[in-house]
Amino acid sequence: MAKADTKLFNKASQVALVRLDDKTVMTMANDFRGDPKEFAIVIPVPTFLERDQIHVGDKALLDHLDAYSAPRLVEYFDEDPCAPRVYDRAMPMAVGAAASKMAREKSLGVTVEARYTIGEYDILILSAKESTGLETWLTQNGYRIPPGASAVLGSYIKQGMRFFVARVNLKEQAKLGFQYLRPLQVAYESPKFMLPIRLGTVNADGPQELFVYALTRKGRVETTNYRTVRLPSGMDLPVYVKSKFPDFYKAMFAEQVRREDMRSVFLEYAWDTAWCDPCAADPLSRDELRQLGVFWLGEGAPGPQGQAQEVFLTRLHVRYDAAHFPEDLAFQETGDRQNFQARYVLRHPWKEAKSCPAVDPYRKELARRQENEAQALATLTGWRIEDIRRSMGVTALDEKKWWQKLWGD
Amino acid sequence: MRDPRPYQIATLAILLAYGLIRLDFDVPALHVVLILATALLSQWALTAAWGLPRFDPRSALISGLSLCLLLRTGSPGLAAAAAVIAIASKFLIRFNGKHLFNPTNFGLVAMMALTPRVWVSPGQWGYSALFAFLMACLGGVVVFRAWRSDVTAAFLAAYAALLFGRALLLGDPLSIPLHQLQSGALLLFSFFMISDPKTTPDSRTGRMLFAALVALGAWYVQFHLFRPRGILWSLAAGSAVVPLLDRLFPARRYAWAPQASGPRRPEEGALDGAQVDVRSGDADPGRGGQGRIRLLRLLRGQG
Repeated sequence: MAKADTKLFNKASQVALVRLDDKTVMTMANDFRGDPKEFAIVIPVPTFLERDQIHVGDKALLDHLDAYSAPRLVEYFDEDPCAPRVYDRAMPMAVGAAASKMAREKSLGVTVEARYTIGEYDILILSAKESTGLETWLTQNGYRIPPGASAVLGSYIKQGMRFFVARVNLKEQAKLGFQYLRPLQVAYESPKFMLPIRLGTVNADGPQELFVYALTRKGRVETTNYRTVRLPSGMDLPVYVKSKFPDFYKAMFAEQVRREDMRSVFLEYAWDTAWCDPCAADPLSRDELRQLGVFWLGEGAPGPQGQAQEVFLTRLHVRYDAAHFPEDLAFQETGDRQNFQARYVLRHPWKEAKSCPAVDPYRKELARRQENEAQALATLTGWRIEDIRRSMGVTALDEKKWWQKLWGD
Repeated sequence: MRDPRPYQIATLAILLAYGLIRLDFDVPALHVVLILATALLSQWALTAAWGLPRFDPRSALISGLSLCLLLRTGSPGLAAAAAVIAIASKFLIRFNGKHLFNPTNFGLVAMMALTPRVWVSPGQWGYSALFAFLMACLGGVVVFRAWRSDVTAAFLAAYAALLFGRALLLGDPLSIPLHQLQSGALLLFSFFMISDPKTTPDSRTGRMLFAALVALGAWYVQFHLFRPRGILWSLAAGSAVVPLLDRLFPARRYAWAPQASGPRRPEEGALDGAQVDVRSGDADPGRGGQGRIRLLRLLRGQG
């Protein structure tokens, strides 16, 4: 079975959101690959965060979540072979260079409410009175704030949000010896079930890509202020897609985004984490779920095989820019526990050169089936049907015209 | 004045078909059949039980179709229960001779309060057909001038003012409140739920106040309590205030299709026979002998 993971997409950010009642644990993956001293993020958060509300998690957690919930081909157990791996961007948030100097924050109306060093990160919790002060403070402290961010910062300030500002502490990083930046985790209690995406759209060169893994107790998570659409799933596709699955996934996603006029959020996976069928990767262990922040585990009896229970995973995928997604993403948990996965079927034809009376009808049926597979692939991806037929090694089905059937023999 | 309900039924049915076919609403055909059948059956049974002279399927059909459009659940039983509760609320929760809650609204709110297995998906409408939807709604207002479109207009105006006010206060671009207004769920609510003439205040002043209250409540739930579906909770809460508004600003009771003059036929509408209640303080000059409200009067603000 092949799968296609998030590494295919440029500028992709991954966020895990664990939510029950008003308690949220957010894990943010940094696929930032530049010089660590260039790394800095500014994230609006709904509440003040104590030191022990912030944690540095294990990168493998999100990788596992990704692999487990990724779109898949069935019948094969091949690993995704040739994914072009391109990264260049971290969270959908302002990324800039960082410096350490504390500046005249008071006169700017900026309060550094807390200062923590956690893992390889230096973290500040800021509150501000007005956006120009905050912008000045961030600029003076070496954060490159894109023009136009001021209005967005101002809006968050007036909504009573704090700012979680993190950069890499090079000394700590060297001590810890990690070659990559581990995901930051924050736990907070707030009725707001949302993700701030507006800062990320201010200076973006082109659309951003975001994957949200929501882990909840009741059921599927959806956006309330944007349409959530299921990715097309379950089609029979030409067998050659197996070797081009990453290309297929990218093209298919791009085509669906185009069809929805880039105004929808896509559902790629929704499943109780206690099981999967077929499994694109091993299910997450209780320990992994706990590390992701699933704090209610262990309150009930353990599930079968000691596996996770009472955790419903929703994977959402959105491509967004400021024009089509003016508002932050707002979510709600629904009572929907229906399983859904983006899954595509490959059916290998029977190729032996035997002959029997059943062969002719089979061949005819096969030709029709392959034509349908080609059509399905063309519709899903927007690829040219001629190219698809050529890749399949089939010619267009020579359907006789009705008059040929009438007089031709 | 003609009865607007056949037009409403047609509009809702088209919307439902569009939602099911084009927008992939998570509503199995079984739920649609169950909700509609249960709503009609409940209406029929309760009409008989209350000894009312005539079974009128129109209002029940509107409630049923609205429930199909809004209610989401994985359970056919809960879908049917919502329909029973919606229709029963008309017969059971009454004050001063009229039912208190819009049946669809009550059915939804009651079910959401009872179980997390029922929800509403306000984001599922998308934008592709929004304009056509809006035209259909406005078309209804124009054709049936008097179906309490004043409540719809007042609610939308108040809600838009609150959204734009918030954006101005926060320094947000206007694309944000515009995006918030471009919602199929909001249109459905404004044109088919809050405008329900049977559950809105009798006087125009009362209706304006009612619309403003519901808008304020919806905005508060959404942007200060940060809970979804604020609009539905707010309408339920606002409906509880209607008797008070009717007492403060008395006027003649609404009937679906009153005759131009003379006594009303008791069989009109589901329960109208029991409802004719022309109080001495009838102060709705806009209605006149014709029982009409023109759009222009709405603009002049006659109460």
